[in-house]
Amino acid sequence: MAVNGIPRTASVEDRRTLAEFLREQCGLTGTHLGCEHGVCGACTVLLDGGAVRSCLLFAAQLQDAEVTTIEGLSAEDGSLSPVQQAFADHHGLQCGFCTPGFVVSVTAFLSSNPAPTDGEIAHALSGNLCRCTGYQGIIAAVKAVAGR
Amino acid sequence: MKPAPFQLHIPSTLEEAVGLLSQHGEEAKVLAGGQSLVPLMALRLARYEHLVDVNRIAALQGIAREGGWLTIGAMTRQTTAEAHRDVALVPLLHQALPLIGHFQIRNRGTVGGSTAHADPASELPAVALALDAEMVIHGPAGGRVVPAREFFVSTWTTGLKPDEILTAVRYPVWPGHCGFALEEFARRSGDFAIAGVACGLEVDQDGDVARAAIAYFGMAPTAVRASAAEAALVGSPARGADLAEIARLAASNTDPGDDIHGSAGFRRRVAAHLTERALERALRESIHA
Repeated sequence: MAVNGIPRTASVEDRRTLAEFLREQCGLTGTHLGCEHGVCGACTVLLDGGAVRSCLLFAAQLQDAEVTTIEGLSAEDGSLSPVQQAFADHHGLQCGFCTPGFVVSVTAFLSSNPAPTDGEIAHALSGNLCRCTGYQGIIAAVKAVAGR
Repeated sequence: MKPAPFQLHIPSTLEEAVGLLSQHGEEAKVLAGGQSLVPLMALRLARYEHLVDVNRIAALQGIAREGGWLTIGAMTRQTTAEAHRDVALVPLLHQALPLIGHFQIRNRGTVGGSTAHADPASELPAVALALDAEMVIHGPAGGRVVPAREFFVSTWTTGLKPDEILTAVRYPVWPGHCGFALEEFARRSGDFAIAGVACGLEVDQDGDVARAAIAYFGMAPTAVRASAAEAALVGSPARGADLAEIARLAASNTDPGDDIHGSAGFRRRVAAHLTERALERALRESIHA
């Protein structure tokens, strides 16, 4: 498996999820585990370019896959991606637990729909739960990246 | 690690997969997209000794038009089907796909997986049932085809034997003057529907209803057809049909559960409204088709 462009080889127990593999065997703890059954969206990563729940995949299924985590979205010098910067600028986070999942989901959403309507934004965000912000800052961040 | 221990098998051919299922019987389960099965395993509502991952079997992928049918390979991802031009030929499927979970779920979830999982509140079993779709199944003795009406047995239970795999779903493309509408009510986008209905109508040259299909989801232990209401519609003039009365009849013949999301009575009232709205939409479309 390639994680953020780096080939990774490891032996894993069959039931080890992709999320656990990333956190515990790759040391990439930016991918957060909330509900661990596909509801909260905190563990969202890109699998071959598409946003997926990493708690619902087993690492052993993904031998030739390319995975991008939140760590892979910022530039090598650590500067923030446009989506990350917009979340910071528009108070799109408070405690930050859900933020990696939101940033990954929004990155995938805006790459497939760069000029979304308000309704499309609300719909696209519905797969990620945030218990702090009330979502208004997150929506403002998405609109900012979309140039609105 | 939330699921109980299991052994993961990753066959590359259908024969190999069926062989593994035959070998392990009731202790094995097919793993498709995993968007319903893995949560059940994480919550320990389901537990298997063996998972047979069919994601690498190329023969289970793809969408094909054959005569009056649209055949969708069981492992076709829901997002792939959503974006495919030919899926518009089956309007109920086209309307249902974007309502499944969230886009992150549909990127991994499959058409066959959701159908074979047979959750009573999910959209695809009701669409297959409404359209009289055919289930293409492969097992140790070869292939067989089962009509949707015989496939859905109960909650999470189908006519698949432990050593069989659903390989494709064949949806009929209705000819003539047809209209279709799918309506559902959920408190948040992406939630399981509290009540939902898939309707298809065909109107003949005299303006009479020639064919009617009404299928509910979330209203019984499995997707169900409202046969009495369908029979009341067929043969009657499309314009002037008392759709509110038909919808009430349809929703009254269901067996929804009582839970924290809604009582059985509430679900029936919601279902009657959704049915009337769906029938209106389908009728308008079929008259103008």
